[in-house]
Amino acid sequence: MAYDGESLKVVGTRPIRPDGVEKVIGRANFGADMVMAGMLWGKVLRSPHAHARIKSINADKALKLPGVKAVVTAADFPEIASEEAFMGEGPMNFRDLSYNCMARGKVLYDGHAVAAVAAMSPAIAEEAIGLIEVEYEVLPHVIDVEDAMKPGAPVLHDDLFTQGVEPKPSAASNVAKRITFTKGDAEAGFKDAEVIIERKYTSQPVHQAYIEPHACVVSAGTDGQCTVWSSSQGQFMVRAYCAKLLGLDMASIRAIPAEIGGGFGGKTLVYLEPVALALSQKTGRPIKIVMSREEVFRGTGPAAGGVYEVKLGAKKDGRIVAAELIVKLQAGAFPGSPVGPACMCGFAMYDIPNVSIIGYDVVSNRPKVAAYRAPGAPNSTFGTESCVDELARALNMDPLRLREINAARDGTKAAHGPTWANIGYENTLQVARASEHLATKLGPNQGRGIASGFWFNIGGESSAACHINEDGTATVVEGNPDIGGSRASMAMMAAEVLGIPYERVRPVVADTASIGFSFLTGGSRVTFATGMAVTQAAEKVVVELKKRAAMIWDISPDAVDWRDGKAFPAGPNAGSFEPLSLAEIALKSGRTGGPVSAEITVNAQGAGAGFATHICDVEVDKETGHVKILRYTAVQDCGRAIHPSYVEGQIQGGVTQGIGWALNEEYVYDKNGRLDNAGFLDYRIPVASDLPMIDAVIVEVPNPRHPFGVRGVGEVPIVPPMAAVANAVADAIGIRMRDLPMSPPKLRAAIDDEEPPRLAAE
Amino acid sequence: MSARRFTGGQTEFEVEANTVRRMIAELDRRFPGLGHQIDEGMAVAIDGEIFQDAYQAQLNPDSEIVLIPKIGGG
Amino acid sequence: MSKHHVSTTINGEPAEFLCEAQQTLLDCLRDELHLTGSKEGCGSGDCGACSVILDGKLVCSCLTLGVEAEGRTVTTIEGIAEGEKLHPVQQKFLEHAALQCGFCTPGFIVAAKALLDENKNPTEEETRYWLAGNLCRCTGYDKIIRAVLDAAAVMRGENPPSPATR
Repeated sequence: MAYDGESLKVVGTRPIRPDGVEKVIGRANFGADMVMAGMLWGKVLRSPHAHARIKSINADKALKLPGVKAVVTAADFPEIASEEAFMGEGPMNFRDLSYNCMARGKVLYDGHAVAAVAAMSPAIAEEAIGLIEVEYEVLPHVIDVEDAMKPGAPVLHDDLFTQGVEPKPSAASNVAKRITFTKGDAEAGFKDAEVIIERKYTSQPVHQAYIEPHACVVSAGTDGQCTVWSSSQGQFMVRAYCAKLLGLDMASIRAIPAEIGGGFGGKTLVYLEPVALALSQKTGRPIKIVMSREEVFRGTGPAAGGVYEVKLGAKKDGRIVAAELIVKLQAGAFPGSPVGPACMCGFAMYDIPNVSIIGYDVVSNRPKVAAYRAPGAPNSTFGTESCVDELARALNMDPLRLREINAARDGTKAAHGPTWANIGYENTLQVARASEHLATKLGPNQGRGIASGFWFNIGGESSAACHINEDGTATVVEGNPDIGGSRASMAMMAAEVLGIPYERVRPVVADTASIGFSFLTGGSRVTFATGMAVTQAAEKVVVELKKRAAMIWDISPDAVDWRDGKAFPAGPNAGSFEPLSLAEIALKSGRTGGPVSAEITVNAQGAGAGFATHICDVEVDKETGHVKILRYTAVQDCGRAIHPSYVEGQIQGGVTQGIGWALNEEYVYDKNGRLDNAGFLDYRIPVASDLPMIDAVIVEVPNPRHPFGVRGVGEVPIVPPMAAVANAVADAIGIRMRDLPMSPPKLRAAIDDEEPPRLAAE
Repeated sequence: MSARRFTGGQTEFEVEANTVRRMIAELDRRFPGLGHQIDEGMAVAIDGEIFQDAYQAQLNPDSEIVLIPKIGGG
Repeated sequence: MSKHHVSTTINGEPAEFLCEAQQTLLDCLRDELHLTGSKEGCGSGDCGACSVILDGKLVCSCLTLGVEAEGRTVTTIEGIAEGEKLHPVQQKFLEHAALQCGFCTPGFIVAAKALLDENKNPTEEETRYWLAGNLCRCTGYDKIIRAVLDAAAVMRGENPPSPATR
């Protein structure tokens, strides 16, 4: 059943979120806010070496410290066979996950967990890890992706042989796999081109930098039953990964979702929970572990950095006839960078007849990468959208016009294979073309950049329940941690279907024992897939309410209509009964058959693709190399905005992360492979004074697969900004920055290269 | 992609099947091992819409089927 | 090592706790007094999630020792509302959807209250620079700034239109 935009009463409005008051008064409970009676404090000992063999671990001195109750190492975790599965936000090998949570045999990055301690206070735990003696045999390390690919580079895993290469290599290397996508004949296409642009772009790993560090409080009982309280993007993921890593069965673990202080993909896997459970098993007491900010930077997954080689061939009239993309993406210490999506997203916005894409997944001595908003897409799109801009300049053409000429539309075959249906990319170009922003004039050292982007969005498995309470209010139960206001949207969709005021619907994010399986929060899936489950649950409740009204009136259920939260006789032939409100029916539910409730499970497919076009104005201070963002407009196809304020918020947040990725954020390593900037002072994310207001313009091309037309919105916004900023800088001062971040020292160096400094004597 | 190693490099096929499950079974019959590869790591785009898992998804005559790597998100 | 006994005033009420010398005021608020509204985001004074007002001055409680609270007054996020009545900054944060995950929100609200206690009519630029010590990763700051400017208007007796419906 599809809901028509014109007649919606709740969806599309901007009510206050149901969990809002507790968040503004400081009462909402996040990961570190929980206490359990008798709990001990845990702390993780981390490797100071980028690459080393662990020769021995001696915890005797630590165990003798008064107040220390237990120490765990890899010996306390079961050996797991190498097992490939797609269980989280990307290809996942459980053996690798286990080794990442607690190093076994080797440490592979500065910050890799080696042991953990449980003690009576945080101070004692801190002192205790200083007393654990680890003997390391330091090995040569490699950090940079191209260095890791070179023959002779230190090899991290002696059982890693490049997949996707024939014949299979005889020697292990750091290249985990090579993938290709082909459309038409790129070589022939380039011969046909009148203008060819070939460039190399690079970016550095960046951290998701959620303000809340990882935290959990767990309790393992002697009967094997466990409770895990943690902030994560998915309590079912936490349950599954803990079960796998500790050899427990899933029903024995109750994973409770705390409020989560930001995730963006970085909390779609576990780091602390299995370690805390192992400590809890050993001590027989609850364990609380909270990461410090330094641990977050050293020990948890950033987004991949990499190299993007782009070649575009076009006719003088602007038609792109051939394109080539080579992506080399960092996976960190274990294989599994998002090289697939990186390859597929770079040219998704365009209709190009001949395309060749090659991607490499490369390991090196850095933390294992984790997902970060549209994983892989911002990386390759930085390259492709910068190159499209360079092509536009070579053709002396307006960059927006070049995109209009080559835009993908319904019926276009994408470079990665599928033929597009129901997409709104051209709509975003049209809105950008008509925008007031584009019409404004710029001053000296100011420039404007345009860039587009795409993300698939996903659907997947969700469960939801709708319970009618005896007083006619409704409780909606779902299983997705709320990272951006989604529970408000769930209540709004249910209220729309039930026809009752939004304030009479209360949403609850439940634990793994209290709602059916739900895939984690990520991939821009919750409003789409969980919203679908919630809508269907509410619809099933309405069917039941009509049946109950029919029973009360003693007529056929087919003769009952439901409108505005009431049952009406369908027509004069049905009988002349006064409408029955939901509250009235609820009061009689016992007599008419029992509680009125419905639970639905879905595996939502056909998530709507998301496209965006961004316009960015900058001013460059040539003396300092500082780039100021003057104005930013982000136009995005959102399908239907259930709660427009939260949709705008997703867009503004993603844009800001992209701006940080473009201008300042990067990991700085010393020559020993140790992280120099493991804190917010030197890992510089955007602050309020860096930015103007951000114009989020919502375009709605409904997705027919969702009852309200929803498309995922959260990830697309981070895809265009890096190229938008780089293109704006090029427009401002004529210098093309191809290596991110475009931090002041690098911009200054580039400016100096262009204009040698004047001598003092002049 | 890595699936090529099962098919000896062939990348386009014609298959008789009316659901995704039957299509996977047929491809696995022709290229042993490919079925598991598709099940674990690939999504199926049917006429442009992406299905990450849906054995029962219907295939129409002349449906365009594209196998792509499974997609996650952040 | 024996602990220190600290007597202080928190959100207008007398409070006391025992702490070790190295425990920060943030640790004491959270772990000794169970006031978990103030958050640790970095422990090094860079993110502002631990913002409190100490004797009328905005400080990072992670850079303040618990013993420094002796004899002084502390205002935390738990003391910003007056009973059931939200402070205009809190109300406007809700109306503007100026929070997504909500983790940085207590720090921002305390910092914004400190701003408006000092400056009744801040410009957008002054607001952005005052709040530059509070990091947010979710919102891009747009709706936060709008909320604070609207709260200032309300506190001056004006009635700015609200973006919220109902």
